[in-house]
Amino acid sequence: MSVLVYTENWDGKFKKSSFELVSYASKVAEMLNSAVTALSIGKVDTAELEKLGKYGAKNIISVVHDSLTTLDNQAYTKVIADIVRKINAKIVIMSFNNTGKAIAPRLSVNLTAGIAPGVSRLPLSINPFIVYKRAYSGNAFAHLLIETEIKIITLAQNSFELIESPVSPTIENMQVDIDQGLVKTQLKDVQKQTGKVLLTDAEIVVSGGRGMKSPDNWGPLVELANLLGGATACSRPVSDEGWRPHEEHTGQTGKIIAPNLYMAFGISGATQHLAGVSSSKYIVAVNTDKDAPIFEAAQYGIVGDALKILPKLVEAVKELKTR
Amino acid sequence: MKILVCISNVPDTTTKVKFVDNNTRFDSTGVQWVINPWDELALTRALELKDASAGVIQSVTVAHVGTAAAEPTIRKALAIGADEAIRVNADPADAYTVAGCLAEVLKNDPFDIIICGIESSDHNGSAVGGMLAEFLNYPSVSAVSHLNIENGQPVIIREIDGGKESLSVSMPFVAIVQKGIAKEPRIASMRGIMTARTKQIKVVEPQAVKALTRVVEYEMPQKRGSCKFIDPENPKQLIELLQNEAKVI
Ligand SMILES: Cc1cc2nc3c(=O)[nH]c(=O)nc-3n(C[C@H](O)[C@H](O)[C@H](O)COP(=O)(O)OP(=O)(O)OC[C@H]3O[C@@H](n4cnc5c(N)ncnc54)[C@H](O)[C@@H]3O)c2cc1C
Ligand SMILES: Nc1ncnc2c1ncn2[C@@H]1O[C@H](COP(=O)(O)O)[C@@H](O)[C@H]1O
Repeated sequence: MSVLVYTENWDGKFKKSSFELVSYASKVAEMLNSAVTALSIGKVDTAELEKLGKYGAKNIISVVHDSLTTLDNQAYTKVIADIVRKINAKIVIMSFNNTGKAIAPRLSVNLTAGIAPGVSRLPLSINPFIVYKRAYSGNAFAHLLIETEIKIITLAQNSFELIESPVSPTIENMQVDIDQGLVKTQLKDVQKQTGKVLLTDAEIVVSGGRGMKSPDNWGPLVELANLLGGATACSRPVSDEGWRPHEEHTGQTGKIIAPNLYMAFGISGATQHLAGVSSSKYIVAVNTDKDAPIFEAAQYGIVGDALKILPKLVEAVKELKTR
Repeated sequence: MKILVCISNVPDTTTKVKFVDNNTRFDSTGVQWVINPWDELALTRALELKDASAGVIQSVTVAHVGTAAAEPTIRKALAIGADEAIRVNADPADAYTVAGCLAEVLKNDPFDIIICGIESSDHNGSAVGGMLAEFLNYPSVSAVSHLNIENGQPVIIREIDGGKESLSVSMPFVAIVQKGIAKEPRIASMRGIMTARTKQIKVVEPQAVKALTRVVEYEMPQKRGSCKFIDPENPKQLIELLQNEAKVI
């Protein structure tokens, strides 16, 4: 009874979320008295693969195939399902990111395995198998019972810490057969976002709402995010107005994020906005209205003008860095 | 060409979420039910494509798996402009049941493009679309932010973690759509509302599909500690607290 964790790399380097997944999988395996096998698809060199061992991956399966250079949901599902059967994995763990959302549901049907999507904690119990997941867009959590022999968990991003438990892993380069007829999506063009911290990966997010008044006022907000090594975000009206790019829109109908720190400037804190950010560990709010709902979600607040306060925060962080 | 949009019936986004029966069941008293926001945008895009297709897209159908209680929501989809509606008469316990029921109907009544939303605002599963595609053995593309038909073929942009990809895909297929797919949801016109009244909702009785998961209990999110207010004249103090107390910077 082993635990299979699906890792992702970006140009041959594992994402931090992959190490989080392996850390999580190791803890689940511990609860089951079993071991973790990590699966990597795509070209990753041995030194990089070995890094998964640092977080407890005993076995590493590396698959490289020309038909798997871009995500074809059907082909990926077949490859992963075959490996699950081959190693007799009983628990499959993936990220609740775009890739995980694309593959996990297909795997669920392929393996007749119940799926717990967007899990943010270790299983509440193993027998019966009950996990804790987000529901009603963050307004509640559900204790979900999975009744099948094989179980799939997709882990909400940034919800589990890195935990080192080093082992020296065995690496197996596995050959897979893929029927060309199976690949029905064709990639035509890729636009990669480079040089910026990805919003969904970021540990610190600095965000602006309509209270920022104009797109011209974003300078100090962006500067603050850069100084803190974070990403920038915004409320929906701000992206609807075209003040900021759509990729930055957080909330129920935008991105759902869970950074360690979310700083909201001039955001009222509507439920639909909070649905996307309420899992953040700390929320800071700066708003002129002391009764704004955002202060009910925040641990730290300043009642004041974001446009005056932002430059002072930038100065304070600069000072901190030179200390 | 025929398009199907799968719609989920969810509590209005401003609903105060509460539970009954020892926190095992969602309290629906007084709740306003609406089309899941993503599905409303998906329907809007399907209708835009049909309008622009000069007859190539013959119809846009909506499908819902649920009880008769959802009929007002289905009728709203007809009022917005869907040509036909199917209700699979079941009270689904999980996404697997929803997808299994839909797949059964679609095996006998196929569509060229099936559209699902990226997530329903109640279950937050992001699961039905992918499951349905696997049941039908169709390709699926997820996190689709743009869908067009060019020379009779689908052209797609999807979001990946850290960028965008444009793709082509063979039909039939399932598109799982997210932000960007349509700008604003289309609103029902007076005429739409009138004609929707006379349209039939086709009710299909499914074979039982066994659920794989079950919610045993709900829990409300933990209240955060009350907000600590910092003097607006001294924002520096905030940075100190974030560093020394919260330890997040
Ligand atoms: C179906 C649906 C889905 C939605 N999805 C989302 C979503 O995903 N994400 C999202 O964000 N919204 C979403 N919304 C919209 C949401 O309801 C709110 O309208 C929106 O979040 C408000 O954005 P805001 O806080 O920037 O603007 P406002 O509500 O206008 O608030 C601006 C705030 O700034 C404060 N302010 C003004 N001037 C200053 C100043 N100088 N300094 C500091 N503070 C100042 C004001 O006191 C106010 O609190 C959705 C709505 C619906 C109906
Ligand atoms: N009961 C349902 N009937 C029809 N379609 C549904 C139903 N539930 C969910 N869907 C579709 O599946 C998408 C994702 O839902 P979920 O997997 O529940 O997050 C929704 O946006 C709908 O398109």
